[in-house]
Amino acid sequence: MSAIFDVAGITKNFGGLTVNRDVSMRLGEGDRVALIGPNGAGKTTFVNLVTGQLAPDAGRIALAGEDITRLDTVARVTRGLVRTFQVTRLFADMTPADHVVMTILRRTGKAARILARFGGDSAANDEAYEILAALGLADAMRRKVGEIAYGQQRLVELAIALAHRPKVLLLDEPAAGVASSDVPRIEHALERLPPTLAVLMIDHDMDLVMRFARRVAVLVAGELVFDGAPADVARDAQVREAYLGSYGHASRDA
Amino acid sequence: MTMRHPPLSDAALGLWPAYRRDAYGIVVVFAGGIAGYFLFPDSLALLTRIVSIALLVLSLDLVVGFCGVATLGHAALYGIGAYSAGIVCLRAGITDPFLLVSIGAAAGAAAGLAMGAVLLRTHGLPQLVLSIAFVQLVQEGANKASAFTGGSDGLAGMMPAPIFGVFAFDLWGRSAYLFAIFLLILVLAILAVVARSPFAMLCRGAKEDPVRVEALGVAIRPVLLRMYAISGAIAGVGGALGMLATQVVGLDGVSFELSANALVMLALGGVGSLYGALGGTVAFMMVEHMVAAINPFHWMTVIGGLMIGVVLVAPRGLAGGLGDLQRRLFGRETETRR
Repeated sequence: MSAIFDVAGITKNFGGLTVNRDVSMRLGEGDRVALIGPNGAGKTTFVNLVTGQLAPDAGRIALAGEDITRLDTVARVTRGLVRTFQVTRLFADMTPADHVVMTILRRTGKAARILARFGGDSAANDEAYEILAALGLADAMRRKVGEIAYGQQRLVELAIALAHRPKVLLLDEPAAGVASSDVPRIEHALERLPPTLAVLMIDHDMDLVMRFARRVAVLVAGELVFDGAPADVARDAQVREAYLGSYGHASRDA
Repeated sequence: MTMRHPPLSDAALGLWPAYRRDAYGIVVVFAGGIAGYFLFPDSLALLTRIVSIALLVLSLDLVVGFCGVATLGHAALYGIGAYSAGIVCLRAGITDPFLLVSIGAAAGAAAGLAMGAVLLRTHGLPQLVLSIAFVQLVQEGANKASAFTGGSDGLAGMMPAPIFGVFAFDLWGRSAYLFAIFLLILVLAILAVVARSPFAMLCRGAKEDPVRVEALGVAIRPVLLRMYAISGAIAGVGGALGMLATQVVGLDGVSFELSANALVMLALGGVGSLYGALGGTVAFMMVEHMVAAINPFHWMTVIGGLMIGVVLVAPRGLAGGLGDLQRRLFGRETETRR
């Protein structure tokens, strides 16, 4: 399998504490992988290592065959490794359209133009509208992000990610904080991600993970203890141990 | 192009809708400037100084209001523009006003790059302290390099040529004032374009959430450095204008005090709004002028009171307060405005 995204044995220590130990993960085109694990397992550190916020103490990260371990966040994004944020990070005074147009302008190398008019690039405007309309945001696109519903803000995060035309997309708890009535809209959007895109979702909402992922990886105490089919994850002894702990033993004893 | 969807913003509608408000604003400023010429023919020197300082405050707004940089040293750029134009005028025999203003702008831009390179390494309080250190160093440098700058006596005896060879910088200051209005309109027009560019959107984004901007795939430092250079150029124009109008350059032009006053004027007018920066300067300097005439020792008390009043009544400055008043009187704006 030719991996579009290849994390090979990354390790990160904070002082004496090893937060990620020899974690490896490969994603091919069109993969839908979920990374799960209990609180404190090192998921956030893993995301920060992969996106370039932190530098690993050991290991290698490759994107489409290129070693990106030493590259910073910006260089990784421009090469097609894009993330969404667990808590939306949007500019409150700007509109969803502004966010998506800005992203498209970045992708086409026009984001830092001084003698151009923001909103004057009709190709970028058309593309932004298509992305926003496909996510059901056509009505909200001209309102300030600070004034729209949180569920819609999460969709704006997805719209930005799509506007990058990424090779690999990291979804950090895409439905976190969303009212349960709005979760289906997020799930619907996730189902319609480009089929060739490699997606890694970090989450602990098992319903969402089971419906979305075709492969599940489990991180426990900084180590990857499982990487396989969603159906097998609940049967794996190590995962049960980590997630259910003494409850697992208790139910067996009872 | 056929538009198959509703416009994404006013800017997407075309040139005129996007720049209409700016065009109105510039016409109003121009009319006000010309009115000042006829209404206060005896105070043109004061009005010229107001325009010169307004350019400094506009320039400050670019880094504070658009980029979120904390600085109490911005007069360094203004003073470097003034000294550069003054030294060139005195030693190199360059006397054309347009050329001198261009030299002031270039020196200001270079100084802006240097200052940005220092300040953008840090944020918040350390940044503020660094900015004070920067302006103090520049001032002390100007003081010590007396062979070039005249030290504490300042620089005097510059003889700028008449504008277009006709309009001399005379005692009444008519040419200087009209030249100042011309420069102000030019700068406002340039900033109207800059403020609506993709570049300015990135700066606003970097002010609010740098991590988000980097996740968009844009390196922040080069963007902010460029804004610092633009800001420095405008401060330099202000400094050069001050030199041309008064034919004196002193250490007070590179002082911490002027930097702090500029920040007060900006806060008074409204951070992040170009017309707020302009209005804040006019309001501050008019009050200073009138109160100082009545009581030369306690004018700062009145400015302090005014500042407290504005912070309590309209925390976003005069521009923000007027905007709120407009919304309260005429109902909510229906469209999102930039």
